[in-house]
Amino acid sequence: MRKKAKIGKKSLWKYRDLYLMLLPGALYLLINNYLPIGGLILAFKKYDYTKGIWGSPWNGLKNFKFLFSTRDAALIIRNTLGYNFIFIVLGTAFAVLVAIILNEIRAQLPKKIYQVFILVPYLISMVVVSYIVFAFLSTDNGYINNVILGKKINWYMQPKYWPYILVFVNLWKSFGYNSIIYYATVIGIDTSLYEAAVVDGATRWQRIWHVTLPGLRPTIITMTLLAIGRVFYSDFGLFYQVPMNSGLLYDVTTTIDVYVYKGLILLNDIGRSAAAGFFQSICGFLLVLTANFIVSKIDKENALF
Amino acid sequence: MVQHDRLQQTLMHLFMILLVLCCVLPFLLMVSASFTEEATLVRDGYRFIPKKFSLETYTYLFKSAKTIFRGYGMTILVTVLGTILNLTLTILFAYPLSRKDLPYRSVISFFLFFTMLFNGGLVPTYMMYSNVFHIKNTIWALIVPGLMMNAFYVIMMRSFFTASIPDALVEAARLDGASEWKVLLKVVLPLSKPMIVTLVLMVGLTYWNDWMNGLYYVNDQSLYTVQMILNNMINNIQFLSKNASLFGAEAANLSMPTVGIRMGIAVIAVLPVLVAYPFLQKYFVKGIVIGGVKG
Repeated sequence: MRKKAKIGKKSLWKYRDLYLMLLPGALYLLINNYLPIGGLILAFKKYDYTKGIWGSPWNGLKNFKFLFSTRDAALIIRNTLGYNFIFIVLGTAFAVLVAIILNEIRAQLPKKIYQVFILVPYLISMVVVSYIVFAFLSTDNGYINNVILGKKINWYMQPKYWPYILVFVNLWKSFGYNSIIYYATVIGIDTSLYEAAVVDGATRWQRIWHVTLPGLRPTIITMTLLAIGRVFYSDFGLFYQVPMNSGLLYDVTTTIDVYVYKGLILLNDIGRSAAAGFFQSICGFLLVLTANFIVSKIDKENALF
Repeated sequence: MVQHDRLQQTLMHLFMILLVLCCVLPFLLMVSASFTEEATLVRDGYRFIPKKFSLETYTYLFKSAKTIFRGYGMTILVTVLGTILNLTLTILFAYPLSRKDLPYRSVISFFLFFTMLFNGGLVPTYMMYSNVFHIKNTIWALIVPGLMMNAFYVIMMRSFFTASIPDALVEAARLDGASEWKVLLKVVLPLSKPMIVTLVLMVGLTYWNDWMNGLYYVNDQSLYTVQMILNNMINNIQFLSKNASLFGAEAANLSMPTVGIRMGIAVIAVLPVLVAYPFLQKYFVKGIVIGGVKG
């Protein structure tokens, strides 16, 4: 109470310039981030173009019943969660491996050069990535069919290959980014720990096992939990563009984001799209809260709140 | 022991060299395809080294330059405008938040922070931008939705201000009679150059690479950026691959953008990024490292 009383009108006026600075950003967040939250009620409405979101009649849980009565619901949830878990496990393991190797390499110049190059895939848009993948997998002109296999496999029509392809492409595009983060943590480990280990006669493996990995642990936990907080979201470009929206690959490439996009823009099936989007927003929110709660218990520094 | 260590070092270098090749060779395939004669491409497919070198892709691109140059112009315009707007919003929001004496600071922080936890998703956002703000087929569709401010970058900027700008400096300037605006422009910003450069690069890259806003909100070809032109051509490839049996390979070559030209445009799209990147690498690394854990 007392503190509130202190912030009188006069004192707020003193800060008017600062509040004025906040204004444009606040307006933007209000429009871009807060207004659409209200639009989530669309999931409970039967959307009518002429009446808009607010004017459209209520529809109860029909959109959800409709969504969950199809096999799509289980499919998109399985795909979204499944791919994300594989990405998290493989992505983390590989990035940590690369970070440790970078740290163990002694020659400074090559080390710098490696760091420059592994970040290159991170800089490229998914559209360009899909062109590169196409250069490899195109049935008629692709490198793999023409040079490596010498036979024509129609990659874009065979679902069985795509879980591997998507995992590979994701790893390719993101490992550099993650490696750099882990490498930065490794560099930050107190060098006296290594020196002590050397004095004690520890081998390279013992040093990695007893110094480097424990040093990386907080970052690994934090990064993993934050990634778990986002497992209901997927990279739309990876699952839509890279497989070139091929209908035959529907079962292995449709994630929630792809499904929502297709329903909204291509099929004009607003009800189901809105229901799937609502499901994603709510689950995502609950999960990110849980993940952050756990992070804050383990490692307060790295928690979002 | 020493020999053993040498072997380990060699193996690790080998591993990293392999990784580097994995990162770089795919681009080489793309570049090489764009420099290969079209007939050779159709017959032998994409190769790492052009079997028959040719500039026809690029001469064609320059001849039919209108679409491409226009797209390039749009990409540059959107990137520059978007980055300026984003940085302006970010700095203006971050600076007051870095001031510990600002009343209701924690409420405002939460207002910002909550956007990282919860959002309405594509459907309501799309409806709002297209039906309420009528943003479709305007240049704003490529700049405003989702990209103009990122809570995460605001927090990075605020932390930088908090850590690197001494309170005493700001107070001294205020006592000298400088307005808050003057303090921000003349005292705070000149000290924040490294962070600003980092954010300019991260935001600029996001705008340069963005194709999703275009996919959602734009179908007017005069507004296409390079990424959207590429995106549009994929749809043609989709059309091709779906109807390959109907058309046969020869018929397909007639009206569609040809095999080499697709790769040529992709090369043009990534070229500025890849050329500039080695010189700016340390800023990207900084942005990733500061941002990474919380990103």
